[in-house]
Amino acid sequence: MAGGFVYNAIDQTEVATAEIYGKAIADIMAKDPKVVAITADLAKSTKLGDVLKVCPERVINVGIAEQDMFGVAAGMARAGIIPFLSGFSAFTSMRACDQLHTDICYQNVNAKIIATHSGTSFGQAGSTHHAIVDLAIVRAMPNMTLIVPADGFETANAVNAAYENVGPYYIRINRGFDRVLYDSMDYGFEVGKAVEIHEGTDITVIACGSCVFQAREAAKFLENSDGLKVRVLNMHTIKPIDRDAIIKAVLETRRIITVEDHSTIGGLGSAVAEVVVESGKACAFRKLGHPDKFAPIGLQEDIMSEVGIDANGIIAAVREVMKADFEEDENWDDEF
Amino acid sequence: MALSKQEWLALEKKAFELRKLCLQTTFWAGSGHVGGGMSVMDLLTVMYHKYLNIKVEDPKWEDRDRFILSKGHAAIAYAPVLCDKGFNDVEMLKTFNLSGSKMGMHLDSNKVVGVDASTGSLGHGASIAAGTALAARILGKDYLTFVATGDGELGEGSNWEGFMTMNHYELSNCIVFIDRNHCMIDGPTEEVMKLEPLADKMVAFGFNTIVVDGNNINELCDAVDAAIARSKEKCAPTCIIMDTQKGAGIKSIAGDYHCHYMALDDDTFAKYNKELEEDYAARVARAEKEGK
Ligand SMILES: Cc1ncc(C[n+]2csc(CCOP(=O)(O)OP(=O)(O)O)c2C)c(N)n1
Repeated sequence: MAGGFVYNAIDQTEVATAEIYGKAIADIMAKDPKVVAITADLAKSTKLGDVLKVCPERVINVGIAEQDMFGVAAGMARAGIIPFLSGFSAFTSMRACDQLHTDICYQNVNAKIIATHSGTSFGQAGSTHHAIVDLAIVRAMPNMTLIVPADGFETANAVNAAYENVGPYYIRINRGFDRVLYDSMDYGFEVGKAVEIHEGTDITVIACGSCVFQAREAAKFLENSDGLKVRVLNMHTIKPIDRDAIIKAVLETRRIITVEDHSTIGGLGSAVAEVVVESGKACAFRKLGHPDKFAPIGLQEDIMSEVGIDANGIIAAVREVMKADFEEDENWDDEF
Repeated sequence: MALSKQEWLALEKKAFELRKLCLQTTFWAGSGHVGGGMSVMDLLTVMYHKYLNIKVEDPKWEDRDRFILSKGHAAIAYAPVLCDKGFNDVEMLKTFNLSGSKMGMHLDSNKVVGVDASTGSLGHGASIAAGTALAARILGKDYLTFVATGDGELGEGSNWEGFMTMNHYELSNCIVFIDRNHCMIDGPTEEVMKLEPLADKMVAFGFNTIVVDGNNINELCDAVDAAIARSKEKCAPTCIIMDTQKGAGIKSIAGDYHCHYMALDDDTFAKYNKELEEDYAARVARAEKEGK
C-alpha cells in the first residue's frame, strides 16, 4: 500500500470522493513542502478546504482560467514543485487540452491532475459539464498515467501513488458519494494492475469508476439467478492498461464486456479492444458506455440506467453475449 | 431617451415577477445558482421586455437581435425569462434540473427555444458574439448582438481574444455586458483574482466603456440606449460594466459570494420571497420618486 495517508471505513461512508482527495492532499502537503495545490475558482468544489487550513500559502487559485492553471503548474513542476491541479474533468481535459498536451505531457513534468465531476456525475449540469470524452483525450497523450478510481479507498490509493511516482498523472473521480467497493485501502492496489473483484470463468466484465460497483452487483445477481460465473475486473488504470489481465480473460473466459461512464469511443472499451484485437484471439466482445451522442440531463444514476451501464444494463448485456456463437478453438498454442 | 416613469414601473414589476419565478424554479429544482441569477435579472428583464427585436412566434427569425448569456450558469434566471416570454411552456420550469428534462443547469440551444448559444463552459460568449456580429456585417443585416459575461468569468483569456476581435473589426453592433457583482465561487473577485481596474482594461482594449448600477433599471436603460445609438456606425464596440450585487433583491444574501449556488428549503424559500417583496416595494418607491 502506498504512502502516508490512510482511511478507515467510517470516513468513507460519510465522505464524498472529492473530499477524500482533499484529505489526502492535505496530509501529503503537511509533510512535503514541495507539494502545491492549484485550482481555478474551484477550491470549494474540489474540496480543498482541509489544505486551506493546513497550508493556505501553498494553495494557488488562478481564478477562472484553466489554461493558466496548467501553464502555471508546468512552470512550477520544472522548478521542482509537485503541483496537484484540481478541477472539473470537462475542463481539465478539454479547456486546457493544448496545455495538458504540450506543457504537461510533452515536457513530461511531474504534475498531477485531479479531475472531479467526471462522467455524468454532474449530470444535471448538462453536456458542458459532462466529461464523457475525457478518457479518449487524455489516454492518447504520451507520458500520461490515467487512473479512474472506483471508490474513496481507491482514490486515496491513487493520490498516494501519484505522489510517489514521477510523471504526469490524471486521476478521474466523481462529483458526489460513490458506492463503497472496498473495506479498506488494503486490497493490493498497484498502478497498471487490474483488481479481480469477482471470480468467474464464463465471461469477464471489465469496468472502471462508478461502473465497477454496478458490475459486481450484476455478477452477484447472475450467479444466483442464471448460475453464471462472471469475472469482474476493476480496471482502475486505463493507461498503462493491464494487458496480462485482459489476455488472461480472453483465454479463460472468451467473452468480454467493458463498461464505463464514458463514450464508447476511445475510453476503457477501446483500450481493452486494442489489446484483444492485437492478441489475435477470438473473443466475443461488447462495449457498454455512452453511444456517440451527448448524454441526457439528469442524475447520474438515472443517466446510467438510461444508457445501460448500471447493473441491469450489464445483466442484459451479459445474457446476450452468453448467447453469442463464435468459433470454438481450444488449441491456441499454434497461434502464438 | 430616458425611461418614462410608467415604463420604469412596468419594467420593475416584470423584474420582480421574474425574480419570484427564478426563486420558484430554484425551489422546484431543490437548488440553483441563485446569486448570479439574481444579479443579472434586471438586464435580462430589460433585454427581453424592452430592447430585443425578436418574435416569439418565430424564434429563429434570421433578422432577430441575438442575446448570448455567456455566464450560462445563470440559466436559473434565464429559463424563467424565456418561459415567461412564451418561448417555452412555463410548466417546463417544474422539470428544471430533473432527470430527462430539456432544461439542465445550463441551457442547451437545441432543446430550449429562444437560446442563441449553448453556454455553461465559461468564456465562450464573447467570441460567439463577435462572430454573430461579424456575420451581420457580412450578410448586410442590421440586427444587434448582446452578450453578458460574469466578472469572475473574465479570468478566461478567451474573453479577451473575443474582445480584441470586436475592437479590431469595430463591432459597434455588438454590445458587451459585464455583470460586475464582485463575486465568484471561492470568494470576492478582488481576493481570488484581481480584476481591477476593469474599466481601464476595457478602455485599453478599445471599448466605449460605460459603468452603471446594473440593478437600477433606469440607469441600465440609459446605458443601453447610448450603446444602441452608436451601433449603426461602424466604430468601437460598447462595453457596459454593470455594478451589481450577487443575490440582488434578497437582502439576507445580497453581496455575499456564498450565495453562488444554494439549496432552498421551505423556510428560506418563504423568507427570500418576503425579502423580494420588500425589495420591490423599495424599487417602486424609488421609481415613483425619481421617475419622470
Ligand atoms: C470553463 C469553466 N470553468 C469553470 C466553471 C465552473 N464555474 C461555474 S460558475 C463559476 C463562477 C462564475 O463566476 P462569475 O463569472 O463571477 O459569475 P457570477 O458571480 O455572476 O455567478 C465557475 C468557476 C465553468 N462553468 N466553466
